[in-house]
Amino acid sequence: MDRILLAHGNGGKLGYELIKSLFLASFNNPVLAQLDDAARIEIASGHLAISTDCYVVNPPFFPGGDIGKLAICGTVNDLSMRGAKPLYLTVGLIIEEGFPLPDLETITASMATTANEVGVQIVAGDTKVVEKGSADRIFINTAGIGMIPEGINVSGANARPGDKVILSGTIGDHGIAILSCREELAFRTTLESDCAPLNQLVSQILQVCPHLHCLRDPTRGGLATTLNELAIQSQVGMVIEEARIPVREEVQGACEMLGLDPLYLANEGKLVAIVPASETDKVMEAMLTNPWGQNARVIGEVQASPSGMVLLKTEVGSTRILDMLSGELLPRIC
Amino acid sequence: MKLVSEFRDPQLAAHLIKAMYRTSRRAVSLMEVCGTHTVAISKNGLRQMIPSPISLLSGPGCPVCVTSNRDLDKAIAVARQPGVILATFGDMMRVPGSYSSLSKERAEGCDVRVVYSTMDALRIAEANPHQKVVFYGVGFETTSPTIAASILEAKKRGITNYLVLSVHKLIPPAMKALLDSPELNLHGFICPGHVSVIIGSRPYQFISEQYHLPCVISGFEPLDILQSILMLVQALETGQAAVHIQYRRGVREEGNPVALRTLDQVFEVGDAEWRGLGLIPESGLKIRRKYRSWDAEEFLDLDVPAPRKAPGCLCGDILRGIKNPFDCPLFGGKCTPESPVGPCMVSSEGTCAAYYRYERYRVQDEDRGRRGEVPQLKPAG
Repeated sequence: MDRILLAHGNGGKLGYELIKSLFLASFNNPVLAQLDDAARIEIASGHLAISTDCYVVNPPFFPGGDIGKLAICGTVNDLSMRGAKPLYLTVGLIIEEGFPLPDLETITASMATTANEVGVQIVAGDTKVVEKGSADRIFINTAGIGMIPEGINVSGANARPGDKVILSGTIGDHGIAILSCREELAFRTTLESDCAPLNQLVSQILQVCPHLHCLRDPTRGGLATTLNELAIQSQVGMVIEEARIPVREEVQGACEMLGLDPLYLANEGKLVAIVPASETDKVMEAMLTNPWGQNARVIGEVQASPSGMVLLKTEVGSTRILDMLSGELLPRIC
Repeated sequence: MKLVSEFRDPQLAAHLIKAMYRTSRRAVSLMEVCGTHTVAISKNGLRQMIPSPISLLSGPGCPVCVTSNRDLDKAIAVARQPGVILATFGDMMRVPGSYSSLSKERAEGCDVRVVYSTMDALRIAEANPHQKVVFYGVGFETTSPTIAASILEAKKRGITNYLVLSVHKLIPPAMKALLDSPELNLHGFICPGHVSVIIGSRPYQFISEQYHLPCVISGFEPLDILQSILMLVQALETGQAAVHIQYRRGVREEGNPVALRTLDQVFEVGDAEWRGLGLIPESGLKIRRKYRSWDAEEFLDLDVPAPRKAPGCLCGDILRGIKNPFDCPLFGGKCTPESPVGPCMVSSEGTCAAYYRYERYRVQDEDRGRRGEVPQLKPAG
C-alpha cells in the first residue's frame, strides 16, 4: 500500500504531484487552479464572516463520516451560525509519516463531496508531513469565508426575554458514535454521527425569519454548554424542559450505561435557534421540512433572570441548574 | 418498557410527595450513603420537592472521595515508576493528592490511562508485555468483584505484568463507624443500591437490630429515591426499624453469590484508611497471599512522602454528614469543579460537585417550589 512520506510535505516534487493528482483534481475550481501563493477572490460589498477550526478527531473514520467531512461541515456550520452563506474554504493538512495514501484519498473525496453539497469552493491549502509519532495520523484545519446577507444580524448576544429556544434534532449522536469506535471502549452500536452541513437549514430559517436572534451549533460541550454560552453572552436566563429534548434511545441507553449525560455530548449536525416568540411557528414549519431539522422542537424559553444561567425543568417535575461542561469528557471528539 | 422514563414520571412523583406530606410529622435526618444517590437527588431536584422537615445528608459513599491522601499519593508514586502504565477509572484523574494528581503526572509524562473496565486494563497489559500495568483498584463492593475477576482472568491467561493496587473499601463498616460517632443524629439510611446488588440486605441487619434505625435499599431513578424516602418516613412514624428493599428489581436478600465468592477468593478483609473517617478496622480489601503475584504492593518499592491535608477543606466533615458543602468557606470560591481543592468537588459522585453543579442556586420561596411552580432561585450558602 502506498503511504505518505515525509517528502510529500517538503515542498518538492512528491508534494507537487500530490497537490496536482489529488487535491487539484478533487477540489477542482478556477480559484484554486491559480496556484499562486494566495487565492484572489472578488468580493461584493457588505459583511464577511470568517471562521477557522482544527479537526483532530480520533479515529479519523467513524460511523456516519470521517475527518474530511467533519472538517468541511464544522467550518461551514460555524459560518452559517452567523447567518452567513459559506463561499470559500482553505484546507491545511498535518499528516503523520506513513499515513496510508488510500485513506488520504478517501478523506479528500469526502471533503470534495461535502464541499460540493454545500456549494463552497476550496480555494487554498497546505500540506505538512511530520515524522512518525509527531502527530496522530491526520489533523486538518479549515478556514472559511462567508457572505452575510444585508439586514441579517445573528449573534449569541441577541437573545431576549420571551424568545423561544428551538433545537433542530436529537442530541448526542456524534458523541456516542465516536465513543463506540474508540478502541479503549469496546461497545458496539448502529448509531451514526449526525455530522452534516447546516447551511441549507439556516438559509431556510432565515428566509422565513430574517430577524432571528441567535444560532449556535452545540458541538463540543454539548447542548448544555451552548445554552450557557448564549445565556452569558446575551445576559439572560433560560428555562429548558428536559422532557422536550429529543434523545435517541440508543444514545440514552449508552449514556445510562457509561454514566454520561446526553446534554454534554458533542453534536456535529444540530443547531440551537433563539427566535422571537411570535416567529416560532414559522421557523418550526421551515425547519420541519428540512431533512436536518425534521426532529426540531421548541425546548424552552428565554427569561430575564437569573442572568447568565440556564435552568432545567427536570423530567420528574423539579427545577435545577443546567451547568456548563466542566473538565474533560472525552478528548479529540472533533 | 425502557426502564428509564417510567421511573421519572412526574405524576407518580407528585403522588409520592403528597404521601410524604400526609405521613411526615416530625423533622428527620436521613442519610444517603451512596454518591450515585447524592447525584440523583441533586440532578433531579428532589431536595426541593420533598417536605422541608425531611433533610437528606450525604454519606461516605463516593469511592473517589473517601480515598485518603496517603492512598492517592501512593498511586502517584506508582505512576512515576519507570516501566509502569497506571490504569485507572477516569474519576481518579483529577483528584488532588497531597502534592499532585494523576492528571498532572500524565501531563508531566507518566503513562496514566483511563479505562472503563478492568478487562481494558488487562488488554493494555497484554499489548505491553514489557511494562507493568498497574490497575488502581478503587471502589466499594460494587466494583471490587470485577477487580477480583480480572486477577483470576490474569492468572488463567498467564498475564504476569498485570498488577492491582487495592484500596477497596467496604460500606457496612463505614456505616457502623458513623453510627458510633456521637456527632451525628441520624434517623435512617437510604442504603446503596449497587453495593447491595452484590452484598444483599443482610449486612445492614445490625443497623435495625443494634441501633434500631430503619434502612431502605434504594434504586437510583427519581421515583426509586422518592419511594425509599417515603418508606423510611412511614417506618419512622410507625416506629418500625427494619431493612427494606425498595430496589427489588436489582437486589436480593442474599446478594449475588457468584460475585461474593469471587470477591472472597481473591480478597481478604483488612483495615482501611478513609478520608474523614480515619482508620476503620476491617473496612478494606487486601489481595490474598495466594494472588500476591498480582498485588502491586508486593512488587513496587515506593517512596511515598507523608500525606498533607489541604488547608480549609471540609471534605472530611462533609463525608461524615456533619457539614454541608455550603458550610465550607472554599465552596464555589477557591474550590470549584474547574479548580478543585478537595475530592468531593472533583468526583462526578462527590457531594460538593453535585451541590455546585445542580444546587448552588436554591429555591427562594420553598412553598412555591413544592406546589410545583417554577421556583425562584437565589444564590445558596
